[in-house]
Amino acid sequence: MKKSMNSQMDLYPEQYELHQQDLIRGPISRRKFFKRMGLGIASFVVVSDVVSAEILNQLDPSLAEDAIASWIHIDESGKITVFTGKVEVGQNIRTSLAQVVAEELFVEVEDIHLIMGDTDLTPYDRGTYGSLTTPQMAPILRKAAASVRELLKETAAKEWSVGKSGLQMEKGIVIHPSNGKRLSYSQLSQGKKLFQQVDSEVAVVPVSSWKVAGTSVPKIEGKSFITGRHKYVSDMALPGMVYGKILRAPANGAKLKNLDTSRAESMEGVTVVRNGDFVGVTAPDSPTANMALAMLEATWDRTPQPSRKDLFGHLKKTARNQPESKSELTDALSQASFKLNQTFTIDYIAHVPLEPRAGVAEWKGDKLTVWTGTQRPFGVQEELQRAFDIPKENVRVIMPDTGSGYGGKHTGEAGIEAAKLAKATGKPVKVTWTREEEFKWAYLRPAGVIDVRSGMDSSGKVTAWEFHNYNSGNAGIQAPYTIAAKHDQFLAADTPLRQGSYRALASTANIFAIESQFNDLAAEIGSDPLGFRLKHLQDERLTNALTACADKFGWDKSRKKDHGFGIACGAVKGGFVATCAEVSVHPETGEVKVIRLVTSFECGAIINPRHLESQVVGCVLQGLGGALFEAIDFKEGEVLNASISGYRVPRFADIPAIEVVLLDRKDLPPAGAGEAPIVAVAPAIRNAIFEVTGKKLNHLPMIPSGSITV
Amino acid sequence: MKINVNGKELTIDVTANPSLLEALREQLDLTGTKYGCGEGACGACKVLVNGTPLPACITPAVTVQGKKVITIEGLETNGELHPVQQAFLEVDAFQCAYCAPGMIINAVALLEKNSNPTKQEIVDAMNGNICRCCTYPQIVEAIYQAGKQLA
Repeated sequence: MKKSMNSQMDLYPEQYELHQQDLIRGPISRRKFFKRMGLGIASFVVVSDVVSAEILNQLDPSLAEDAIASWIHIDESGKITVFTGKVEVGQNIRTSLAQVVAEELFVEVEDIHLIMGDTDLTPYDRGTYGSLTTPQMAPILRKAAASVRELLKETAAKEWSVGKSGLQMEKGIVIHPSNGKRLSYSQLSQGKKLFQQVDSEVAVVPVSSWKVAGTSVPKIEGKSFITGRHKYVSDMALPGMVYGKILRAPANGAKLKNLDTSRAESMEGVTVVRNGDFVGVTAPDSPTANMALAMLEATWDRTPQPSRKDLFGHLKKTARNQPESKSELTDALSQASFKLNQTFTIDYIAHVPLEPRAGVAEWKGDKLTVWTGTQRPFGVQEELQRAFDIPKENVRVIMPDTGSGYGGKHTGEAGIEAAKLAKATGKPVKVTWTREEEFKWAYLRPAGVIDVRSGMDSSGKVTAWEFHNYNSGNAGIQAPYTIAAKHDQFLAADTPLRQGSYRALASTANIFAIESQFNDLAAEIGSDPLGFRLKHLQDERLTNALTACADKFGWDKSRKKDHGFGIACGAVKGGFVATCAEVSVHPETGEVKVIRLVTSFECGAIINPRHLESQVVGCVLQGLGGALFEAIDFKEGEVLNASISGYRVPRFADIPAIEVVLLDRKDLPPAGAGEAPIVAVAPAIRNAIFEVTGKKLNHLPMIPSGSITV
Repeated sequence: MKINVNGKELTIDVTANPSLLEALREQLDLTGTKYGCGEGACGACKVLVNGTPLPACITPAVTVQGKKVITIEGLETNGELHPVQQAFLEVDAFQCAYCAPGMIINAVALLEKNSNPTKQEIVDAMNGNICRCCTYPQIVEAIYQAGKQLA
């Protein structure tokens, strides 16, 4: 079983998250750690602190339980360095992780240095996705920092021959309880070789006493970003580096038939690299590389490929399993007083990270270093290891803070392409994808078809719920409501275009269908959509999110003429979200305007309120694009709107009035926030349009033209 | 060819007919100006040419001969941030920040013309710039604050 999953992963690394694989490999050994870090004081976390024994048992057998998963080190100069395999793609975890560490060590955020996503320097990490950094890494680093703090105290106590309990700490100094003597972290670390595993029972600063964590610390190194000094991978240059471009097929499934490279090869400074179907060029500058690429004369054999007009039929036709129909459900449906069956369809959408994929590769002998913007540096290391059949130790992947991902950068295409060209030319190579390449050859959020059958009894209680999702995925498939007979099923299908992870995965599709269907059931019996949901909800946290949102929005207020209100909610990856929308629909033209959006969000204790709000706003507004107008158009395997002018994303003028209600649950552990708040936007808008017009828009995107037929 | 960037006379090679973006990034190591779409539709590559914000990706380098180009790297004076940069920092108006240089350049041009714009005027002037992380409300706020400072 594990073997087949692995080989599937070899083929489709972008579907890593879709297969929910929990694989950990290649951890750093303790011995290596001791050798590398030298003198100082450190605490480390082992893998079994991070993952449960149950998961651990399914992992690679070479993985030792005591393999190190992350660590914090104070060197002799007092410098505090945190090593984690997580990466920064704009979600500002560099800041929030530094905050929890600073809190425990009684220092400022600026005193914390985070080394992230470097396969030589940081311990193995599966990847930065799935809203796992905050719930997994934050509490671990908190304990690791607290453990280091206790080591510092013990060292000082020994020095002064006093008990540890009375010692005070402030700003990187330990203070004697009675005589006021002071020892800095630097002094305490001199000549030490103190390495200790994190104490899982160590006392952490209670959330209610947080002074650094829980506050709106600004983005770390913010200044380097607004002055243009930060070097994204696409900005990097190495001595002697050349620029690479890759020959692409005209459409999916096309095979290279003939290639004439002579004109390109006659250009000064140009090298053409060919290895089977992989064809690329390098040149001393980008314009020459682009020109050389254009000079390649290729002919292609195309194979029949589906078009967008056939998409939904194709997904149902190619489903790998039959939809199950449970007898219990059929009975419940036949006994229902009201029945409602609907089909929802979801187009492919693109992540459109503003920084396209970029990779810089350099070979020194048989050692390869690749800089690339990826959410899975260790995954890319494995891809490179396979591509060149070299030991993993010979491959270093470095991930500088990157121009966003949204789930779209789990893979390492540009880095691998750069490495191939670099190997062939013997020079460092940079490959930066164009926007067109991003649209055509990166991967997309899966398209899907969702069939829902549901029934209600005469009292207005939902009694039957059958939910079949074709292709878009399992995430968020379970309706959060109490329903006696319930069945949901995900049916994998053949995808005409390359697809993979996307912010909140299939939850955007599934919750759109669930919340639309539930809303329509309420309407069937003239029930208030909010009250109807609350009546069917038992989850306290989702209930709180829903009522907080409705209160802030003013759900009970009267609607202006031609205006409608809509509501929706969802629970995703430890986050609880509700959105209320107000729309207006012009009675003659059908023009739809989203007037305002209110979103409530609860994800446990809040670490950085401003950055959390920024994530929620970002999710909601990005969700607006997929809700209203974003869609990939394609014909016979070729994306037709592979440009920013052809594929509309939200802009300033699209932004409605927006409010966020953050519910801080100091009593609950923090969860991630980069995904969940995206899910309720589309159904809330859809339900608002329904309220004012009675139209049921069951396709995403709902209003690509800006208006509906009235 | 001589080119005036951020007040300095520099030389670039235009043999391969580079865009202004390619010349800035690859020849002058001014990488603060970003590639986003290659068709002047996202604003990531905006620079000021004689004070007007232009997308450098579709501006051939040869066309700026004799003109003054200002990039994100040229906004600081004597180590002091431009008020728009300062406002972005204070409002903490970014996530991945890849769009920030183009946003800031465009906002500087707006405030030169209209030092105290309303939020609607900001939206209208900035609509050619995309922030895919969608920190739009914070960006509007930062420019609004900068306007208040400059007015």
